[in-house]
Amino acid sequence: MRTLPYGDRGLLVELADTADVVAVADIVRAHPAAPELLADLVPGARTVLLVARPGVAVERLRGMVPAHKHRISPKSGAFGQGLSRPEVEVVVPVTYDGPDLADVARLTGLGEADVVAAHTGRPWRVAFGGFAPGFAYLVGGDPRLQVPRLERPRTEVPAGAVGLAGEFSGIYPRRSPGGWQLIGRTELVMWDLERSSPALLAAGTTVRFEAVG
Amino acid sequence: MSDLVVTAVDGGPCLIEDEGRPGHAAIGVGASGAADRASYSLGNRMVGNAPGAAAVEVVLGGLEVQAAGYVTVCVTGAPTPLRVDSRAEPSGAVLTLRPGQRLRLGTPPSGLRSYVAIRGGVDVASVLGSRSHDQLAALGPAPLVPGTTLPVGHAAAGPILVDAVSPASYDREAELRVVPGPRADWFADPGQLVRDTWVVGPESNRVGLRLTGTPLAAVRDRGQLPSEGALRGAIQVPPDGLPVVFGPDHPVTGGYPVVGVIVDADIDRLAQLRPGDPLRLRWK
Repeated sequence: MRTLPYGDRGLLVELADTADVVAVADIVRAHPAAPELLADLVPGARTVLLVARPGVAVERLRGMVPAHKHRISPKSGAFGQGLSRPEVEVVVPVTYDGPDLADVARLTGLGEADVVAAHTGRPWRVAFGGFAPGFAYLVGGDPRLQVPRLERPRTEVPAGAVGLAGEFSGIYPRRSPGGWQLIGRTELVMWDLERSSPALLAAGTTVRFEAVG
Repeated sequence: MSDLVVTAVDGGPCLIEDEGRPGHAAIGVGASGAADRASYSLGNRMVGNAPGAAAVEVVLGGLEVQAAGYVTVCVTGAPTPLRVDSRAEPSGAVLTLRPGQRLRLGTPPSGLRSYVAIRGGVDVASVLGSRSHDQLAALGPAPLVPGTTLPVGHAAAGPILVDAVSPASYDREAELRVVPGPRADWFADPGQLVRDTWVVGPESNRVGLRLTGTPLAAVRDRGQLPSEGALRGAIQVPPDGLPVVFGPDHPVTGGYPVVGVIVDADIDRLAQLRPGDPLRLRWK
Protein backbone atom coordinates (compact mmCIF):
# COMPACT_ATOMS: atom_id res chain seq x y z
CA MET A 1 0.00 0.00 0.00
CA ARG A 2 1.20 3.52 -0.75
CA THR A 3 -0.39 6.94 -0.72
CA LEU A 4 0.01 9.46 -3.53
CA PRO A 5 -0.85 13.17 -3.55
CA TYR A 6 -3.93 14.16 -5.54
CA GLY A 7 -3.87 17.96 -5.66
CA ASP A 8 -4.38 19.80 -2.38
CA ARG A 9 -7.76 18.24 -1.58
CA GLY A 10 -7.16 14.57 -2.26
CA LEU A 11 -5.11 11.59 -1.15
CA LEU A 12 -4.92 8.51 -3.38
CA VAL A 13 -4.37 5.22 -1.56
CA GLU A 14 -2.98 2.54 -3.85
CA LEU A 15 -3.77 -1.06 -2.96
CA ALA A 16 -2.93 -4.56 -4.17
CA ASP A 17 -6.33 -5.56 -5.50
CA THR A 18 -10.00 -4.72 -5.58
CA ALA A 19 -10.68 -6.84 -2.49
CA ASP A 20 -8.39 -4.53 -0.50
CA VAL A 21 -10.16 -1.54 -2.02
CA VAL A 22 -13.51 -2.77 -0.72
CA ALA A 23 -12.02 -3.43 2.72
CA VAL A 24 -10.16 -0.12 3.03
CA ALA A 25 -13.19 1.83 1.79
CA ASP A 26 -15.24 0.12 4.51
CA ILE A 27 -12.68 0.99 7.19
CA VAL A 28 -12.36 4.63 6.14
CA ARG A 29 -16.16 5.09 5.88
CA ALA A 30 -16.55 3.72 9.39
CA HIS A 31 -13.79 5.95 10.84
CA PRO A 32 -15.17 8.21 13.57
CA ALA A 33 -13.56 11.31 12.00
CA ALA A 34 -15.01 10.61 8.53
CA PRO A 35 -17.97 13.02 8.76
CA GLU A 36 -15.71 15.85 9.92
CA LEU A 37 -12.83 15.33 7.49
CA LEU A 38 -14.17 13.71 4.32
CA ALA A 39 -16.15 15.36 1.53
CA ASP A 40 -16.19 12.11 -0.41
CA LEU A 41 -14.52 8.75 -0.77
CA VAL A 42 -14.06 7.41 -4.28
CA PRO A 43 -13.15 3.74 -4.63
CA GLY A 44 -11.49 2.66 -7.88
CA ALA A 45 -10.22 -0.69 -9.17
CA ARG A 46 -6.93 -0.58 -7.22
CA THR A 47 -7.23 2.71 -5.34
CA VAL A 48 -9.30 4.66 -2.87
CA LEU A 49 -9.38 8.44 -3.29
CA LEU A 50 -10.03 10.35 -0.08
CA VAL A 51 -11.35 13.88 -0.64
CA ALA A 52 -10.94 16.45 2.14
CA ARG A 53 -13.76 18.75 3.10
CA PRO A 54 -13.05 22.43 2.37
CA GLY A 55 -10.60 23.78 4.93
CA VAL A 56 -9.35 20.33 6.01
CA ALA A 57 -5.62 19.77 5.40
CA VAL A 58 -4.99 16.68 3.29
CA GLU A 59 -2.38 15.49 5.81
CA ARG A 60 -5.18 14.89 8.31
CA LEU A 61 -6.63 12.23 6.00
CA ARG A 62 -3.58 10.01 6.36
CA GLY A 63 -4.61 9.04 9.87
CA MET A 64 -7.81 7.48 8.54
CA VAL A 65 -5.99 4.94 6.39
CA PRO A 66 -5.22 1.62 8.12
CA ALA A 67 -1.49 1.31 8.65
CA HIS A 68 -0.92 -2.42 8.45
CA LYS A 69 -1.52 -4.49 5.41
CA HIS A 70 -2.48 -7.59 7.37
CA ARG A 71 -5.32 -5.72 8.97
CA ILE A 72 -6.76 -4.82 5.63
CA SER A 73 -7.26 -8.05 3.86
CA PRO A 74 -8.08 -11.25 5.67
CA LYS A 75 -8.10 -13.26 2.46
CA SER A 76 -10.07 -16.13 3.93
CA GLY A 77 -13.64 -16.08 2.70
CA ALA A 78 -15.39 -13.01 1.38
CA PHE A 79 -13.79 -9.59 1.30
CA GLY A 80 -12.90 -8.00 4.56
CA GLN A 81 -15.25 -10.17 6.57
CA GLY A 82 -15.55 -8.88 10.06
CA LEU A 83 -14.31 -5.44 9.03
CA SER A 84 -17.11 -4.42 6.74
CA ARG A 85 -20.38 -2.76 7.58
CA PRO A 86 -23.36 -4.99 8.13
CA GLU A 87 -23.85 -6.42 4.69
CA VAL A 88 -26.60 -5.33 2.40
CA GLU A 89 -27.49 -8.10 -0.05
CA VAL A 90 -29.44 -7.59 -3.24
CA VAL A 91 -30.71 -10.55 -5.29
CA VAL A 92 -30.78 -9.80 -9.02
CA PRO A 93 -32.98 -12.08 -11.17
CA VAL A 94 -31.45 -12.45 -14.64
CA THR A 95 -32.70 -13.89 -17.90
CA TYR A 96 -29.48 -15.26 -19.38
CA ASP A 97 -30.09 -14.64 -23.09
CA GLY A 98 -27.53 -11.88 -23.75
CA PRO A 99 -26.14 -11.36 -27.28
CA ASP A 100 -22.60 -12.22 -26.12
CA LEU A 101 -23.42 -15.33 -24.06
CA ALA A 102 -22.16 -17.67 -26.78
CA ASP A 103 -18.94 -15.66 -27.19
CA VAL A 104 -18.36 -15.65 -23.44
CA ALA A 105 -18.86 -19.43 -23.40
CA ARG A 106 -16.30 -19.78 -26.19
CA LEU A 107 -13.80 -17.33 -24.64
CA THR A 108 -13.95 -18.96 -21.22
CA GLY A 109 -14.10 -22.54 -22.48
CA LEU A 110 -17.22 -23.08 -20.41
CA GLY A 111 -20.56 -24.09 -21.88
CA GLU A 112 -23.35 -21.53 -21.83
CA ALA A 113 -24.98 -23.36 -18.91
CA ASP A 114 -21.69 -23.31 -17.02
CA VAL A 115 -21.31 -19.56 -17.63
CA VAL A 116 -24.71 -19.08 -16.00
CA ALA A 117 -23.79 -21.44 -13.17
CA ALA A 118 -20.51 -19.57 -12.60
CA HIS A 119 -22.20 -16.15 -12.66
CA THR A 120 -24.89 -17.20 -10.18
CA GLY A 121 -22.69 -19.50 -8.13
CA ARG A 122 -20.87 -16.93 -6.01
CA PRO A 123 -21.84 -13.64 -4.43
CA TRP A 124 -20.38 -10.51 -6.01
CA ARG A 125 -19.68 -7.27 -4.23
CA VAL A 126 -19.85 -3.65 -5.42
CA ALA A 127 -16.29 -2.30 -5.50
CA PHE A 128 -16.90 1.11 -6.99
CA GLY A 129 -19.13 3.15 -9.28
CA GLY A 130 -18.43 5.75 -11.91
CA PHE A 131 -19.44 4.96 -15.48
CA ALA A 132 -22.94 6.42 -14.99
CA PRO A 133 -25.19 7.11 -12.00
CA GLY A 134 -26.10 3.75 -10.51
CA PHE A 135 -23.51 1.74 -12.46
CA ALA A 136 -21.70 -0.60 -10.06
CA TYR A 137 -18.45 -2.45 -10.74
CA LEU A 138 -18.96 -5.89 -9.15
CA VAL A 139 -15.99 -7.99 -8.07
CA GLY A 140 -15.38 -11.28 -6.31
CA GLY A 141 -17.18 -13.53 -8.78
CA ASP A 142 -15.91 -16.70 -10.38
CA PRO A 143 -12.45 -15.93 -11.83
CA ARG A 144 -13.13 -18.17 -14.84
CA LEU A 145 -15.52 -15.49 -16.11
CA GLN A 146 -12.82 -12.96 -17.01
CA VAL A 147 -13.32 -11.84 -20.60
CA PRO A 148 -12.04 -8.80 -22.50
CA ARG A 149 -14.22 -5.85 -23.41
CA LEU A 150 -15.71 -5.80 -26.88
CA GLU A 151 -13.28 -4.52 -29.48
CA ARG A 152 -15.98 -2.22 -30.77
CA PRO A 153 -18.31 -0.96 -28.06
CA ARG A 154 -22.02 -1.00 -28.83
CA THR A 155 -23.50 2.42 -29.42
CA GLU A 156 -26.58 1.36 -27.50
CA VAL A 157 -26.99 -1.05 -24.62
CA PRO A 158 -30.45 -1.33 -23.03
CA ALA A 159 -31.11 -0.61 -19.36
CA GLY A 160 -30.89 -3.77 -17.28
CA ALA A 161 -28.30 -5.49 -19.52
CA VAL A 162 -25.94 -7.66 -17.46
CA GLY A 163 -22.35 -7.70 -18.65
CA LEU A 164 -18.83 -8.92 -18.02
CA ALA A 165 -15.50 -7.15 -18.59
CA GLY A 166 -12.13 -8.08 -17.14
CA GLU A 167 -12.57 -9.02 -13.49
CA PHE A 168 -15.90 -7.16 -13.30
CA SER A 169 -19.57 -7.80 -13.79
CA GLY A 170 -22.09 -4.98 -14.02
CA ILE A 171 -25.64 -3.99 -14.87
CA TYR A 172 -26.38 -1.04 -17.15
CA PRO A 173 -28.62 1.33 -15.17
CA ARG A 174 -29.94 3.10 -18.24
CA ARG A 175 -29.67 2.97 -22.00
CA SER A 176 -26.16 4.01 -22.97
CA PRO A 177 -23.22 3.06 -25.16
CA GLY A 178 -21.22 0.18 -23.72
CA GLY A 179 -18.32 -2.18 -24.35
CA TRP A 180 -19.05 -5.02 -21.96
CA GLN A 181 -19.93 -8.56 -23.05
CA LEU A 182 -23.65 -8.93 -22.44
CA ILE A 183 -24.80 -12.25 -21.02
CA GLY A 184 -28.31 -11.45 -19.80
CA ARG A 185 -30.82 -8.88 -18.63
CA THR A 186 -32.73 -8.04 -15.49
CA GLU A 187 -36.06 -6.32 -14.97
CA LEU A 188 -34.80 -4.69 -11.76
CA VAL A 189 -34.60 -0.90 -11.97
CA MET A 190 -31.03 -0.02 -11.06
CA TRP A 191 -31.51 3.75 -10.92
CA ASP A 192 -34.70 5.54 -9.95
CA LEU A 193 -34.71 9.12 -8.70
CA GLU A 194 -38.13 8.59 -7.14
CA ARG A 195 -36.61 6.16 -4.64
CA SER A 196 -35.12 7.40 -1.37
CA SER A 197 -31.81 5.84 -2.43
CA PRO A 198 -31.86 6.11 -6.24
CA ALA A 199 -29.09 3.56 -6.82
CA LEU A 200 -30.03 -0.04 -6.08
CA LEU A 201 -26.34 -0.90 -5.69
CA ALA A 202 -23.91 1.24 -3.71
CA ALA A 203 -20.25 0.51 -3.00
CA GLY A 204 -20.07 -2.32 -0.47
CA THR A 205 -23.37 -3.99 -1.41
CA THR A 206 -23.34 -7.77 -1.92
CA VAL A 207 -25.05 -8.95 -5.09
CA ARG A 208 -26.33 -12.44 -5.85
CA PHE A 209 -27.48 -13.24 -9.38
CA GLU A 210 -30.33 -15.69 -9.85
CA ALA A 211 -31.29 -17.31 -13.17
CA VAL A 212 -34.92 -16.89 -14.19
CA GLY A 213 -36.93 -17.78 -17.30
CA MET B 1 -45.94 35.50 -8.12
CA SER B 2 -42.44 36.84 -8.25
CA ASP B 3 -40.92 34.53 -10.84
CA LEU B 4 -38.63 35.07 -13.76
CA VAL B 5 -39.54 33.71 -17.16
CA VAL B 6 -36.83 32.96 -19.71
CA THR B 7 -37.51 34.83 -22.95
CA ALA B 8 -34.28 34.13 -24.87
CA VAL B 9 -31.23 31.85 -24.70
CA ASP B 10 -28.91 33.10 -27.46
CA GLY B 11 -25.47 32.26 -26.06
CA GLY B 12 -24.12 29.03 -24.61
CA PRO B 13 -25.97 26.73 -22.22
CA CYS B 14 -27.78 28.39 -19.30
CA LEU B 15 -27.91 26.02 -16.34
CA ILE B 16 -29.21 26.12 -12.80
CA GLU B 17 -26.33 25.49 -10.40
CA ASP B 18 -25.65 25.60 -6.67
CA GLU B 19 -22.94 24.19 -4.39
CA GLY B 20 -23.37 20.74 -5.91
CA ARG B 21 -23.89 17.29 -4.44
CA PRO B 22 -20.59 15.99 -3.06
CA GLY B 23 -20.48 12.63 -1.29
CA HIS B 24 -22.26 10.38 -3.80
CA ALA B 25 -19.28 8.76 -5.54
CA ALA B 26 -20.35 5.39 -4.13
CA ILE B 27 -23.37 5.43 -6.44
CA GLY B 28 -21.50 6.89 -9.40
CA VAL B 29 -22.70 10.48 -9.00
CA GLY B 30 -20.24 13.38 -9.10
CA ALA B 31 -20.25 16.66 -7.18
CA SER B 32 -21.20 19.01 -10.05
CA GLY B 33 -22.20 22.55 -8.88
CA ALA B 34 -21.25 26.05 -10.02
CA ALA B 35 -18.10 25.99 -12.16
CA ASP B 36 -16.80 29.32 -10.78
CA ARG B 37 -17.66 28.88 -7.11
CA ALA B 38 -16.35 32.28 -6.00
CA SER B 39 -18.43 34.26 -8.51
CA TYR B 40 -21.49 32.15 -7.72
CA SER B 41 -21.18 32.72 -3.95
CA LEU B 42 -20.45 36.42 -4.42
CA GLY B 43 -23.76 36.77 -6.30
CA ASN B 44 -25.67 35.07 -3.50
CA ARG B 45 -24.03 37.31 -0.90
CA MET B 46 -24.85 40.41 -2.93
CA VAL B 47 -28.57 39.61 -2.95
CA GLY B 48 -28.60 38.52 0.71
CA ASN B 49 -29.13 34.80 0.06
CA ALA B 50 -28.11 31.96 2.31
CA PRO B 51 -25.07 30.07 0.95
CA GLY B 52 -26.11 27.31 -1.43
CA ALA B 53 -29.09 29.08 -3.03
CA ALA B 54 -29.46 28.05 -6.67
CA ALA B 55 -28.47 30.59 -9.35
CA VAL B 56 -28.25 30.56 -13.15
CA GLU B 57 -24.89 29.90 -14.78
CA VAL B 58 -24.73 31.56 -18.20
CA VAL B 59 -22.10 30.84 -20.88
CA LEU B 60 -21.19 33.88 -23.04
CA GLY B 61 -24.29 35.90 -22.22
CA GLY B 62 -27.36 35.75 -24.43
CA LEU B 63 -29.85 35.07 -21.64
CA GLU B 64 -32.95 37.24 -21.37
CA VAL B 65 -35.47 36.91 -18.55
CA GLN B 66 -38.68 38.76 -17.80
CA ALA B 67 -39.85 39.47 -14.26
CA ALA B 68 -43.37 38.40 -13.29
CA GLY B 69 -43.15 40.43 -10.07
CA TYR B 70 -40.53 42.43 -8.20
CA VAL B 71 -37.33 40.39 -8.44
CA THR B 72 -33.91 41.41 -7.17
CA VAL B 73 -30.87 40.05 -9.00
CA CYS B 74 -27.12 40.49 -9.25
CA VAL B 75 -24.93 39.26 -12.12
CA THR B 76 -21.36 38.24 -11.26
CA GLY B 77 -18.53 36.35 -12.98
CA ALA B 78 -17.79 37.10 -16.65
CA PRO B 79 -18.55 40.86 -16.88
CA THR B 80 -21.47 40.81 -19.28
CA PRO B 81 -22.98 44.16 -20.23
CA LEU B 82 -26.56 44.21 -18.93
CA ARG B 83 -29.75 45.82 -20.11
CA VAL B 84 -32.88 46.25 -18.06
CA ASP B 85 -35.36 46.96 -20.85
CA SER B 86 -33.43 49.67 -22.72
CA ARG B 87 -31.33 50.91 -19.78
CA ALA B 88 -27.68 49.82 -19.54
CA GLU B 89 -26.53 48.46 -16.18
CA PRO B 90 -23.18 47.10 -15.02
CA SER B 91 -22.37 43.58 -13.85
CA GLY B 92 -21.88 43.42 -10.10
CA ALA B 93 -24.75 45.82 -9.30
CA VAL B 94 -27.81 44.75 -7.33
CA LEU B 95 -30.80 45.38 -9.59
CA THR B 96 -34.50 45.21 -8.81
CA LEU B 97 -36.68 44.33 -11.77
CA ARG B 98 -40.25 45.57 -11.78
CA PRO B 99 -43.06 43.37 -13.09
CA GLY B 100 -42.75 43.04 -16.86
CA GLN B 101 -39.18 44.32 -17.07
CA ARG B 102 -36.63 42.33 -19.00
CA LEU B 103 -33.02 41.72 -18.03
CA ARG B 104 -30.68 40.86 -20.89
CA LEU B 105 -27.07 39.66 -20.64
CA GLY B 106 -24.79 40.75 -23.50
CA THR B 107 -21.53 39.10 -24.53
CA PRO B 108 -18.82 39.53 -21.89
CA PRO B 109 -15.56 41.10 -23.15
CA SER B 110 -13.57 38.56 -21.10
CA GLY B 111 -14.31 35.38 -19.20
CA LEU B 112 -16.91 32.76 -20.05
CA ARG B 113 -19.45 32.18 -17.27
CA SER B 114 -21.70 34.73 -15.61
CA TYR B 115 -23.96 34.00 -12.65
CA VAL B 116 -27.42 35.45 -12.23
CA ALA B 117 -28.10 35.35 -8.51
CA ILE B 118 -31.74 35.93 -7.61
CA ARG B 119 -32.80 37.10 -4.17
CA GLY B 120 -34.61 34.06 -2.73
CA GLY B 121 -32.78 31.61 -5.02
CA VAL B 122 -34.19 29.51 -7.86
CA ASP B 123 -36.69 27.15 -6.29
CA VAL B 124 -36.76 24.02 -8.45
CA ALA B 125 -36.82 20.39 -7.29
CA SER B 126 -33.51 19.21 -5.88
CA VAL B 127 -31.94 15.88 -6.81
CA LEU B 128 -29.76 14.14 -4.20
CA GLY B 129 -29.66 17.33 -2.17
CA SER B 130 -28.73 19.74 -4.97
CA ARG B 131 -30.35 21.85 -7.69
CA SER B 132 -27.27 21.61 -9.91
CA HIS B 133 -27.51 20.41 -13.49
CA ASP B 134 -24.83 17.77 -14.14
CA GLN B 135 -24.03 17.63 -17.88
CA LEU B 136 -22.33 14.23 -17.77
CA ALA B 137 -24.79 12.39 -15.54
CA ALA B 138 -27.82 14.23 -16.98
CA LEU B 139 -29.07 14.90 -13.45
CA GLY B 140 -30.78 17.93 -11.97
CA PRO B 141 -32.89 20.71 -13.50
CA ALA B 142 -33.02 20.84 -17.31
CA PRO B 143 -31.05 23.52 -19.21
CA LEU B 144 -33.05 26.74 -19.66
CA VAL B 145 -35.02 27.27 -22.85
CA PRO B 146 -37.32 30.14 -23.83
CA GLY B 147 -40.46 29.71 -21.75
CA THR B 148 -38.74 28.13 -18.72
CA THR B 149 -40.07 29.58 -15.47
CA LEU B 150 -37.57 30.25 -12.71
CA PRO B 151 -39.60 30.19 -9.50
CA VAL B 152 -38.12 32.46 -6.84
CA GLY B 153 -37.60 30.64 -3.53
CA HIS B 154 -37.15 31.54 0.10
CA ALA B 155 -33.37 31.48 0.40
CA ALA B 156 -33.11 35.20 1.29
CA ALA B 157 -31.33 35.19 4.64
CA GLY B 158 -30.56 38.82 5.36
CA PRO B 159 -30.62 42.37 4.11
CA ILE B 160 -28.76 43.61 1.05
CA LEU B 161 -25.73 45.40 2.43
CA VAL B 162 -23.81 46.42 -0.68
CA ASP B 163 -25.21 48.01 -3.84
CA ALA B 164 -22.48 47.00 -6.22
CA VAL B 165 -19.04 45.45 -6.58
CA SER B 166 -16.60 46.08 -9.39
CA PRO B 167 -17.17 43.79 -12.34
CA ALA B 168 -14.59 41.01 -12.62
CA SER B 169 -12.03 41.01 -15.41
CA TYR B 170 -10.36 37.99 -16.98
CA ASP B 171 -8.00 39.83 -19.32
CA ARG B 172 -4.83 38.59 -17.66
CA GLU B 173 -3.44 35.31 -18.94
CA ALA B 174 -4.25 32.48 -16.54
CA GLU B 175 -1.31 30.85 -14.75
CA LEU B 176 -2.50 28.12 -12.42
CA ARG B 177 -0.68 26.04 -9.81
CA VAL B 178 -0.49 22.26 -10.17
CA VAL B 179 0.48 19.56 -7.69
CA PRO B 180 2.38 16.87 -9.65
CA GLY B 181 0.96 13.36 -9.72
CA PRO B 182 -0.47 10.97 -8.83
CA ARG B 183 0.67 9.55 -12.20
CA ALA B 184 3.39 11.99 -13.33
CA ASP B 185 5.75 9.00 -13.64
CA TRP B 186 3.63 7.65 -16.50
CA PHE B 187 4.99 10.45 -18.70
CA ALA B 188 8.40 10.73 -20.31
CA ASP B 189 8.66 14.44 -19.55
CA PRO B 190 6.00 15.65 -17.11
CA GLY B 191 7.80 19.02 -16.93
CA GLN B 192 6.50 19.79 -20.41
CA LEU B 193 3.16 20.46 -18.73
CA VAL B 194 4.56 23.58 -17.04
CA ARG B 195 6.92 24.68 -19.82
CA ASP B 196 4.44 24.81 -22.67
CA THR B 197 1.67 27.33 -23.16
CA TRP B 198 -1.55 25.39 -23.72
CA VAL B 199 -4.56 26.62 -25.62
CA VAL B 200 -8.12 25.84 -24.58
CA GLY B 201 -9.80 23.70 -27.24
CA PRO B 202 -13.27 24.23 -28.69
CA GLU B 203 -14.68 20.94 -27.33
CA SER B 204 -14.44 22.14 -23.72
CA ASN B 205 -17.44 22.02 -21.41
CA ARG B 206 -18.33 21.46 -17.75
CA VAL B 207 -17.03 17.88 -17.96
CA GLY B 208 -13.55 18.91 -19.00
CA LEU B 209 -11.42 21.60 -20.53
CA ARG B 210 -9.61 20.12 -23.53
CA LEU B 211 -6.16 21.59 -24.01
CA THR B 212 -4.38 21.74 -27.33
CA GLY B 213 -0.63 21.93 -27.88
CA THR B 214 2.22 19.46 -28.25
CA PRO B 215 1.06 16.05 -26.97
CA LEU B 216 2.65 14.70 -23.78
CA ALA B 217 4.53 11.49 -24.49
CA ALA B 218 3.67 8.56 -22.25
CA VAL B 219 6.30 6.20 -20.86
CA ARG B 220 6.26 3.05 -22.96
CA ASP B 221 4.93 -0.30 -21.80
CA ARG B 222 2.99 1.01 -18.85
CA GLY B 223 -0.07 -0.83 -20.03
CA GLN B 224 -3.50 0.33 -18.94
CA LEU B 225 -4.27 2.09 -15.70
CA PRO B 226 -7.13 0.49 -13.75
CA SER B 227 -9.96 3.03 -13.25
CA GLU B 228 -9.36 5.34 -10.31
CA GLY B 229 -11.20 8.16 -8.56
CA ALA B 230 -11.03 11.63 -10.07
CA LEU B 231 -11.45 15.20 -8.83
CA ARG B 232 -12.14 18.59 -10.32
CA GLY B 233 -8.89 20.14 -11.48
CA ALA B 234 -7.28 16.77 -12.28
CA ILE B 235 -5.31 16.84 -15.55
CA GLN B 236 -5.98 13.54 -17.24
CA VAL B 237 -4.01 12.56 -20.32
CA PRO B 238 -5.65 10.15 -22.78
CA PRO B 239 -3.58 8.18 -25.30
CA ASP B 240 -3.52 11.12 -27.77
CA GLY B 241 -1.34 13.00 -25.25
CA LEU B 242 -3.55 16.11 -25.08
CA PRO B 243 -4.52 16.97 -21.50
CA VAL B 244 -8.11 17.22 -20.33
CA VAL B 245 -8.65 19.26 -17.16
CA PHE B 246 -11.67 17.95 -15.28
CA GLY B 247 -14.47 20.41 -14.57
CA PRO B 248 -17.34 20.14 -12.06
CA ASP B 249 -19.21 17.45 -14.07
CA HIS B 250 -16.18 15.15 -14.51
CA PRO B 251 -16.60 11.36 -14.41
CA VAL B 252 -16.37 9.94 -10.89
CA THR B 253 -13.69 7.46 -11.95
CA GLY B 254 -11.42 7.54 -14.96
CA GLY B 255 -9.01 5.20 -16.65
CA TYR B 256 -6.34 7.54 -18.00
CA PRO B 257 -3.33 8.69 -15.98
CA VAL B 258 -3.52 12.03 -14.14
CA VAL B 259 -0.23 13.92 -14.56
CA GLY B 260 -1.10 16.65 -12.05
CA VAL B 261 -3.99 18.27 -10.20
CA ILE B 262 -4.67 22.02 -10.17
CA VAL B 263 -4.91 23.39 -6.64
CA ASP B 264 -8.39 24.00 -5.34
CA ALA B 265 -8.01 27.78 -5.02
CA ASP B 266 -7.14 28.08 -8.73
CA ILE B 267 -9.89 25.98 -10.32
CA ASP B 268 -12.50 28.75 -10.43
CA ARG B 269 -10.30 30.50 -12.99
CA LEU B 270 -10.60 27.45 -15.27
CA ALA B 271 -14.34 28.06 -15.49
CA GLN B 272 -13.66 31.46 -17.09
CA LEU B 273 -11.36 30.20 -19.87
CA ARG B 274 -12.74 30.41 -23.37
CA PRO B 275 -11.83 28.25 -26.34
CA GLY B 276 -8.70 29.84 -27.79
CA ASP B 277 -7.50 31.28 -24.47
CA PRO B 278 -3.90 30.47 -23.47
CA LEU B 279 -3.25 28.62 -20.21
CA ARG B 280 0.03 28.35 -18.36
CA LEU B 281 0.65 25.97 -15.48
CA ARG B 282 3.34 25.88 -12.83
CA TRP B 283 4.25 23.32 -10.18
CA LYS B 284 3.21 24.04 -6.67
